[in-house]
Amino acid sequence: MPICGPKCSLCGIIISAWGIIQLTLMGVFYYIGAVALAEDIPGVEFSGDIKDLNQFYAKMDSGFQQNALNCWIAALLYLITLAFSAHQFWANNRSSLSV
Amino acid sequence: MPMSKPLSFGHGPQQPFKRLEVHKIAKMGSLFRSAEMTLCQLFLQSEAAYACVSELGELGLVQFRDLNPDVNAFQRKFVNEVRRCDEMERKLRYLEKEIKKDGIPMLDTGENPEAPQPREMIDLEATFEKLENELREVNQNAEALKRNFLELTELKQILRKTQVFFDEHEGGVNPTDSMTRALISDDSIARQSALGPVQLGFPEKQFDSEEYYPCFVAGVILRERIPAFERMLWRACRGNVFLRQAEIETPLEDPSTGDQVYKSVFIIFFQGDQLKTRVKKICEGFRATLYPCPEAPADRREMAMGVMTRIEDLNTVLGQTQDHRHRVLVAAAKNIKNWFVKVRKIKAIYHTLNLFNLDVTQKCLIAECWVPVLDLENIQLALRRGTERSGSSVPPILNKMDTPEDPPTYNHTNKFTTAFQALIDSYGIASYREMNPAPYTIITFPFLFAVMFGDLGHGCLMALFGAWMVINEKPLAAKKSDNEIWNIFFGGRYIILLMGLFSMYTGFIYNDIFAKSLNLFGSGWRIFNVSNADLKAKDVFELDPRTTQNYLGTPYPIGMDPAWQLAKNKIIFQNSFKMKISIILGIIHMLFGVVMSLFNHLYFKNRLSIITEFIPQIIFLSFLFLYMVMLMFIKWFVYFANVEEDDFVYGTRCAPSILITFINMVLQKRTPYEPNCQTSSMFAGQTGLQYLLFYIAMICVPWMLLAKPLMIMRARKQQHAYSVTHQQMASATENGDASQQVVGGAAGGGAGGPGGHDEEPLGEIFIHQAIHTIEYVLGSVSHTASYLRLWALSLAHAQLSEVLWNMVLSKGLQVEGWPGGIALYVIFAFWASLTVSILVLMEGLSAFLHTLRLHWVEFQSKFYLGAGYMFQPFSFEVILDSASQSKEEP
Repeated sequence: MPICGPKCSLCGIIISAWGIIQLTLMGVFYYIGAVALAEDIPGVEFSGDIKDLNQFYAKMDSGFQQNALNCWIAALLYLITLAFSAHQFWANNRSSLSV
Repeated sequence: MPMSKPLSFGHGPQQPFKRLEVHKIAKMGSLFRSAEMTLCQLFLQSEAAYACVSELGELGLVQFRDLNPDVNAFQRKFVNEVRRCDEMERKLRYLEKEIKKDGIPMLDTGENPEAPQPREMIDLEATFEKLENELREVNQNAEALKRNFLELTELKQILRKTQVFFDEHEGGVNPTDSMTRALISDDSIARQSALGPVQLGFPEKQFDSEEYYPCFVAGVILRERIPAFERMLWRACRGNVFLRQAEIETPLEDPSTGDQVYKSVFIIFFQGDQLKTRVKKICEGFRATLYPCPEAPADRREMAMGVMTRIEDLNTVLGQTQDHRHRVLVAAAKNIKNWFVKVRKIKAIYHTLNLFNLDVTQKCLIAECWVPVLDLENIQLALRRGTERSGSSVPPILNKMDTPEDPPTYNHTNKFTTAFQALIDSYGIASYREMNPAPYTIITFPFLFAVMFGDLGHGCLMALFGAWMVINEKPLAAKKSDNEIWNIFFGGRYIILLMGLFSMYTGFIYNDIFAKSLNLFGSGWRIFNVSNADLKAKDVFELDPRTTQNYLGTPYPIGMDPAWQLAKNKIIFQNSFKMKISIILGIIHMLFGVVMSLFNHLYFKNRLSIITEFIPQIIFLSFLFLYMVMLMFIKWFVYFANVEEDDFVYGTRCAPSILITFINMVLQKRTPYEPNCQTSSMFAGQTGLQYLLFYIAMICVPWMLLAKPLMIMRARKQQHAYSVTHQQMASATENGDASQQVVGGAAGGGAGGPGGHDEEPLGEIFIHQAIHTIEYVLGSVSHTASYLRLWALSLAHAQLSEVLWNMVLSKGLQVEGWPGGIALYVIFAFWASLTVSILVLMEGLSAFLHTLRLHWVEFQSKFYLGAGYMFQPFSFEVILDSASQSKEEP
């Protein structure tokens, strides 16, 4: 049963395929602690006074892990979106063929 | 042999194969220049002409010239045949319209039937005639039936609706009592007061039969006309009529247009003859259809029954008619594409035959045509095939002609080069046999684009899109979309693919992937031993390249070091690098353009232009601007960050600015320097060399400006003197003609070439040369600066993608805890669509246009004349394509 049209489902497929690839990779990069992505970790102030270096490192590490997980969660959601859009696409194709 | 030829031709798919091979051989010499063309005269025997032209149309390598341009279209020889073809095409279009109206799929096998023999034309005509007549008849019948059906339905509705009105009156309650009073004349009111409420629509029994008139009309009118109709009636009859109306809920089909229309039933009550005529006129004026409606309920019922049965009957007849029409159309739909192709081919052939000249004996047709020299053999073969097909015994004669005219420009292209050739052609068709920039554009275009569009991620998206189009080329091409934007993308699929791949490369060099950097080989920079105190002391750490404390001493192997992504001075550093790169690429590109002009001059044996244009041009460009590029490389190689006393002069403090050095070189000024650096020059003798280079470059300006006109002037004077002496000799020896020819030949050799200056007055030559020189000298400066757009756009692109990351995706990453995953899911989709629409599409388009400009203006102005005209061969393929396209447009 098609809910969204052929264009919408195609768009969904493309964005979710892209999202799965990019977010999984970004998750991996966060997991191994890539410096390039450090700027986007929540709750970490780079400038200003940092009281304890060890505490800072600990906060950074947990932030990296959390963001890696978040990326994978989003990737998983895109996996679901991909399955849904693919089904929609298939349903659309079928319905257009049967008519 | 003669038997096998027509047989092999009969098999459609084999023939293009054979042609393809020949093409390949022909292409060898013609990648860099347009194909060599020749004007040919073609003698065709009248009987064989049709078949021969048909074969040439299949081949598509011959451009016919109009030999009777002053004869108008109606006086040509085959005007009758063309008219018949037009008529056939009209019939086919009618058929096609009907087929489309019924939504029957048209079978498009993509097969390409050859042009039928002229005698088959009669058969075709007869078939189309029959089909058209049949269809028209069916349509007429259907329309009549439908009209009938409409009338009956309307009548049915009237009977049904009016029943309600009559019922209202019969059932004692009369809501219109007060209104009916006004309708009735004074004397009848008096009578009525005794009789009680009048029953409208019924003959009042007390009057004589002569006085009785039917006092109502019933009909059907378009619903939107009702208000106007009512008002009109009221005014025209001064309120003496009474209108009741009811809407017909179901829409009715208008038989002539096939539209669905909404109508209303109305019934008008009135009294008197005059009112009747007036009402009828108004009804007519409003295009209302009136139907007879019996007064007695029994009659009405009976009539309703009759109408119902007739509607039933009509329905069956209508169904049968539709079935018949459908059968006819389905049969036609199978062949219609095929027929279209055939008719268009016949028409094209007769159009071409109209261009020919008739021989005095009326036995043969004479044609003149441009043909590529390398394809002459193919053309001969095609002509022979045509002769054999027509069964004629006299072979056609094709002989070359000499002409002073410039031949058309014909570049062989394949599916890969077509798009690049189109980029060049949209600036101007190359002059005949001029250097064709298209082969070089295949590399330089995507490369310069990529310099501006450098991002691994965006390049990857673009390359994937291009690759998808290239891989699915055949199914996508078969779809033949009407979407103009899609067609542009699809036509440029190889350009898009290459642009994407090159952008991935430059993105890798810039180390940018969606504005982030990849640390593939390990950064060359480190921060060691940071203490708490250090962290408190400063926000920003300075990494010193002079020592190995922070810098490992070995640079990042390829591309930009990823450490720059986090650096505060990233833009300053990248600007310096990208600006230099743009200028280096630009100077190389322009020098290449100037060298191309040398090949043009060599090919056209234009020695004068080599000496007076090419040499000063290349000296000017390389002594000033190539020298600047050399300075950049010297600066890169000689100067480095260090702390040693000995190397201080090669240190960062002493590295001179290239721009200041160059400006001072032109302005003849000394460059100031720090006393510790000892000198402002990068190498010994730099100042002297710069003086030398500058003066030589300056000498080139008058050289370019004056040498050519002066040389031409001198040559003319000599020639004049020569011819005068010769004429004297000639008059003495009475052999003038021969010597004149000698003189003409000598002049052609001296100042000839493509733009021969033989006829031009000297003043104009001076002015032209002045314009060219100014253009070139100023152009060298402005074009060099123009290449800075490579830097500017690449900076803009990098910044824009960084902003997009920080403003959008970063917001998703910065949500704390588990909801961050869901936020990321939503924001990523937003970021992705913005990336595609703004960064890939808009920025891509902008970079594309800038690249196009760099090629058209900066590169091609150095050598490309673009004053030619396109070779437009007579080809069925082209004709059919354009015909099917123009058909889809309206």
